[in-house]
Amino acid sequence: MNWISNYVRPKLRALVGAKNETPENLWTKCPKCEQMLFMRDLERNHYVCTNCDHHLRMSAEQRLKFLFDEGQYKEIDLPEAQNDPLKFKDTKRYSDRLKTYRDKTKNMDAVRIATGTISDEKLVVCAFDFNFMGGSMGIVVGESIVRAAEEALRIKKPLLIITASGGARMQEGAFSLMQMPKSMVAVEMMKNAGLPYLVLLTDPTTGGVSASFAMAGDIAIAEPEAMIGFAGRRVIEETIREKLPDNFQTAEHLLEHGMIDMVVHRHELRAKLSRILRLLNQRHA
Amino acid sequence: MLLDFEKPITELDQKIHELSQMSSDGKIDILQDISNLQKKRDKLLHEVYENLTPFQKVQIARHTDRPHFKDYIKHMTSDFVEMSGDRLFGEDAAIIGGLARINDRTVMIMGHEKGSDIDSRLKHNFGMPLPEGYRKAQRLMRLAEQYQIPIVTIVDTAGAYPGMGAEERGQSEAIAKSIETCLSVSVPIVSIIIGEGGSGGAIAIATGNKVMMLEHAIYSVISPEGCASILWRSRDKKEEAAEAQKLTAQDLKRLDIIDQIIPEPLGGAHRDVKKTILNVKAALNKELDSLTKLSGSALKNQRAKKYLQMGKKT
Ligand SMILES: [Zn+2]
Repeated sequence: MNWISNYVRPKLRALVGAKNETPENLWTKCPKCEQMLFMRDLERNHYVCTNCDHHLRMSAEQRLKFLFDEGQYKEIDLPEAQNDPLKFKDTKRYSDRLKTYRDKTKNMDAVRIATGTISDEKLVVCAFDFNFMGGSMGIVVGESIVRAAEEALRIKKPLLIITASGGARMQEGAFSLMQMPKSMVAVEMMKNAGLPYLVLLTDPTTGGVSASFAMAGDIAIAEPEAMIGFAGRRVIEETIREKLPDNFQTAEHLLEHGMIDMVVHRHELRAKLSRILRLLNQRHA
Repeated sequence: MLLDFEKPITELDQKIHELSQMSSDGKIDILQDISNLQKKRDKLLHEVYENLTPFQKVQIARHTDRPHFKDYIKHMTSDFVEMSGDRLFGEDAAIIGGLARINDRTVMIMGHEKGSDIDSRLKHNFGMPLPEGYRKAQRLMRLAEQYQIPIVTIVDTAGAYPGMGAEERGQSEAIAKSIETCLSVSVPIVSIIIGEGGSGGAIAIATGNKVMMLEHAIYSVISPEGCASILWRSRDKKEEAAEAQKLTAQDLKRLDIIDQIIPEPLGGAHRDVKKTILNVKAALNKELDSLTKLSGSALKNQRAKKYLQMGKKT
C-alpha cells in the first residue's frame, strides 16, 4: 500500500520541515485558478500561472528584469517633487504611508525609469509598480513620465510606458489631477519629436491613468485579461444597477471594441516589442 | 433647494416676507420690524458665508439654483449657434457647445450642462458626459483653431459618466484626447469652473491658458463622498474628506492650481444669477483681451509650462 508514502510522508515532512522552509515565500496561490504554485517555477515562467496561463502582476523591478536583454538596464533616479503638498491625513498620515511604501518597495514612488535594449533596440521604459500605493499617480509619477520622455528625447529613442495603476493618488488632491495634463505634455513632446511612444497596459489600468497618457500611445499593447477602464466595475454597477458581464473591461473586450491594437501573451511580448521597435527605429533604408 | 445651514436665513426671509405682506396698510412699527429683521438677516448671511466649511461649499457648488451653462449663454453671450454631434457616433447633450459673441468677439464656447428640471436633467444626463461629449468638444476646439477664435469652457460636472456604453466607446481615450487637444490648439483657452469640477470629466475641457473658479465652486480629483468611502471606508466621513482634499477655490488658488477666483454675490451665485454671470463676463473679457495678443506658439508654450509646473519642488 502506498497509503503511507502518499499521505503520511507529506504530512510528516510538513511537520518536520515547517521550521526552516516557510511555505509563504516558496509557494504562492494563483489568484485565478487558486492552484498552489512553486515560486521558482512561477518566476521561470515570468509570473504566468503554469496551470491556467493567468498573467500575475509583476513589480516594476520584475518587469524591467524580464523585458530588457539579459535583464540588464540602467535605472534613472526619480525626480524630486513636493512630497505631501496637502499635509493629507485620513485614517493615517500620507507622509507615514509614503514612508511605509518606500521601505517596502525600496523605491521612492510608484514607477521606475530605465534605459536598455530589447533585442538590441534601445529604448526608455517607465514601469509602474502596483505594490506602491496601487500604482497611483501623484506628482512624482507625473514628473517621472516627463523625465522618461525627456530621456527618450535626449537619446532620440522610443519610450515605452508599462501601466499598472488604480488611477489618481487621492492623497495629493487636485495636484494628482493636474498630472493628467502634465503627462499629456510629455506625450506631446514625443509626438512633436517624431519619436514612438508605446504603451503596455497591464492589470489593472484605470481612472486618471487610463484617461491620460495610458490611452494616448501610438501603439497600445495589453496583457491577456488585464482590467482596463475609466470607471471601476463597482461604480458602474451601482450607477446602472446591473451586473456587468465577466469579460467587461478586459483587454480582450477592449480589443473587440477597437480601443487597443493587440493583446500579447507575456511569453511573446519581448519578440513582439522587438519587431515593433525594429520597424520604427529603422524606418529608412 | 434648501441647504441645512441656510435654514436660519430662509426662516428670516420668510418672516420678512410675511411681515411685508402685513405692512401693506403702512404701519410704521411693522416697517421698523422688517428693517431690523433685514439687518439681522444680512448679518447672518454674511456670517454664514464668511465661515463656510469645505463641505458646505460642496453643497453650494451643487445647488440646483446656481446658474448653469444655459444661463451663461443667455446672460453673457449673443447670437449663440449651437453645434451638435461628434461626427463619429452620436450627440451627447451633457456638453453643449457652439459659436457665440461675447462683447465684440466671436468665441467657441462649450461646457457641461446639468439641466434644471427632471426632463432637462435626463436630457443632459445630469451633466455627466459620454465619450461623444468629449469628442464633440475636441471637434469644436479644432474648428476654433481653424477659425482662429478663442475657446471658452464652462466646467460644471460631477464627473464623466460611468456607464457600460461609455466604457466600450472609450471614455478614457476620449478624455485623454480632449486634454491633448486643449494642450495643442493654437488659440487661447479660458476655463471657468462655475460649480463642480469633477475629476477627469472636468480637466478634459479645463486644460486652459487661464483657469478661473467662482468663489464657491469646487474642483477635485474625486468627490468627497467617494474619497471618504475609499480612504476612510465610510461615506459618512465626507466632511472630513472635503476638508482634507483642499477642493475650495481659495485653497486651490493658494496652491497655484488655479489662476483666479471670481467673486460671487453675498450668499452665493444661487441668490443672484445675473450678478454672478456679469462678474464672470468681466473676468473673462479681461483674460481674452490679453490672451488674444499672444501668438499660437506662445499660447501652447504657456499651457505646457503651466501644467509641467504643477507640484514641482518650489
Ligand atoms: Zn492559475
